[in-house]
Amino acid sequence: MPEYAIETAALRREFGRNVAVEGLSLAVPRGEVFGFLGPNGAGKSTTLKLLLGLVAPTSGGGSVLGAPLGNTEVRARIGFLPEHFRFHDCLSARELLHFHGRLLGLPKRGLEAHIEGLLLRVGLEDAAHRPLRTYSKGMTQRAGLAQALLGAPQLVFLDEPTSGLDPLGRLLVRDVINELRENGASVFLNSHLLGEVEATCDRVAFVKHGRVVHELELASAAGTLDVELRLGQVDDALLEGLAAFGTGVTRDDVLVRMHASSESMLPELARWLVGRGVAVYELRCRRKSLEEWFVEIMGDDQRPG
Amino acid sequence: MVLRGALLVARLTWLETRRRRIALAALICGLLFLAVFATAMYFGFNIAQEQGPGNAVEMRIAATVLTVAGFYVVNFLVTAVAILLPIDSLSGEIGSGVIQTLASKPVDRAAIVVGKWLAYLAMTAAYLALLGGGVVLSMRFFADYVAPSVIVPMGLMLLGAAVMLSITIAGGVRLSTITNGIVAFGFYGVAFIAGWMEQILSMFNNSTARYVGTVVSLFSPSDTMWRRAAFEMQPLATAVLQNGPFGVASVPSATMIVWALAYVVIVLWFAAWQFRHRPL
Repeated sequence: MPEYAIETAALRREFGRNVAVEGLSLAVPRGEVFGFLGPNGAGKSTTLKLLLGLVAPTSGGGSVLGAPLGNTEVRARIGFLPEHFRFHDCLSARELLHFHGRLLGLPKRGLEAHIEGLLLRVGLEDAAHRPLRTYSKGMTQRAGLAQALLGAPQLVFLDEPTSGLDPLGRLLVRDVINELRENGASVFLNSHLLGEVEATCDRVAFVKHGRVVHELELASAAGTLDVELRLGQVDDALLEGLAAFGTGVTRDDVLVRMHASSESMLPELARWLVGRGVAVYELRCRRKSLEEWFVEIMGDDQRPG
Repeated sequence: MVLRGALLVARLTWLETRRRRIALAALICGLLFLAVFATAMYFGFNIAQEQGPGNAVEMRIAATVLTVAGFYVVNFLVTAVAILLPIDSLSGEIGSGVIQTLASKPVDRAAIVVGKWLAYLAMTAAYLALLGGGVVLSMRFFADYVAPSVIVPMGLMLLGAAVMLSITIAGGVRLSTITNGIVAFGFYGVAFIAGWMEQILSMFNNSTARYVGTVVSLFSPSDTMWRRAAFEMQPLATAVLQNGPFGVASVPSATMIVWALAYVVIVLWFAAWQFRHRPL
């Protein structure tokens, strides 16, 4: 079994003169929830389509679950919820799942029970017999999510999966993503809602003008914990001592700011200060939000494409 | 795998056409035509008989011409259905994004094209059988006339409709719905005019006009199939000698039938090939 669920090397896609994806190299390990972030027109959706085989690359290549991009058979192990979640609206949710289940090659035996389980999971069991055209936006998205989970996929692509959902629906998506992770599946999440990404993803990549400009481990991102101390007195010796607990130590009168690697060093820092007889009036720590990262990495130039 | 996927897509297409009431609308129009046609035949032949026993040969010629006229309308309706049923199918699903969920499944894209084509062909065939059968029965009951051949002509008409169906499916891969409609009816219109040109000018032994007509028929062989069908469904004398709109002064050859079959296969293959390579 390959180590990576997704691997690409110098993936490029041009539409006429417009370069949608330029030299994209990614490696998403199996079992990881991976967030793909970028401004509008950055090439996120095209990347997703390249990975799903909906669009062929102009150059470069890659693999999904060990199969080369564009491979048809591997799609039986992939789930996909498209951004616009438009389906055949003359079908009921139950019929939609049945049809897509058969397309996936799922055997008829056990399919009905599987479908009922998914309908229950996304909260559509009472409306499952109604045509999709009578559904609200959120209900259609829930039906699409159930469709993406058919056949217990090993890799799930979610393109803006919460755009039409209410807070409860968003919680549902978050739970579903966590369940997928627990079951060892990989998730490729394309979303503008940075809070959602922050709450669910293990790692994120920032894409700009069709290129990945930065990758970030969310769980253990080094230097992302901002610590602020208000102390009784501050001298150079103290600042030198604080450097052993983190980086970027700066002083503003009795206020000291620094970056720490993790929250686990905070009690030790407090003990060290108190041990030296320094009065500690305040100790605050704050992790840099994904939104702050986003703004910092993307900079002022957030023009599309 | 292509066959399994094609059959699943065909089933979905059938279900969708039925539920969107497209099939119902076509059915109502077809039944309306049959009602008008049957009523006209009933009164026409009853009045003729009330006026006394006429010339049997004239009556037979009239029945033949009216049968061909009925089938002419049937052919038009069936061709329209073959164009209009699939006109929004691929382009609409591509435009709305519905196709993305379908094409990301482990199914060859060719299966999507073939599945839709199969479903629409089956519907077109059923429509032809209904309308053609209605014309035949009307003539049998009200004029006591049965055309010398019905099955072969209807097969040829279905082949002509399949030509238009394939063109429309292929157009839907790259063109928008409206553009596709214009192109499809353009193909039909050009073939129609070329057919008439070939018919009329062949009476004057104009070889250039016949040549142009044949070339256009190679380009779009739907109308040619109708002319061959019209030739097959009436006695030789009526078919070749009458100068009316349903006479067949220039009979399309058997080679043209083979070409129409090959044309359908080529266009369908082209549609599948295009769809496989199209970004979705």
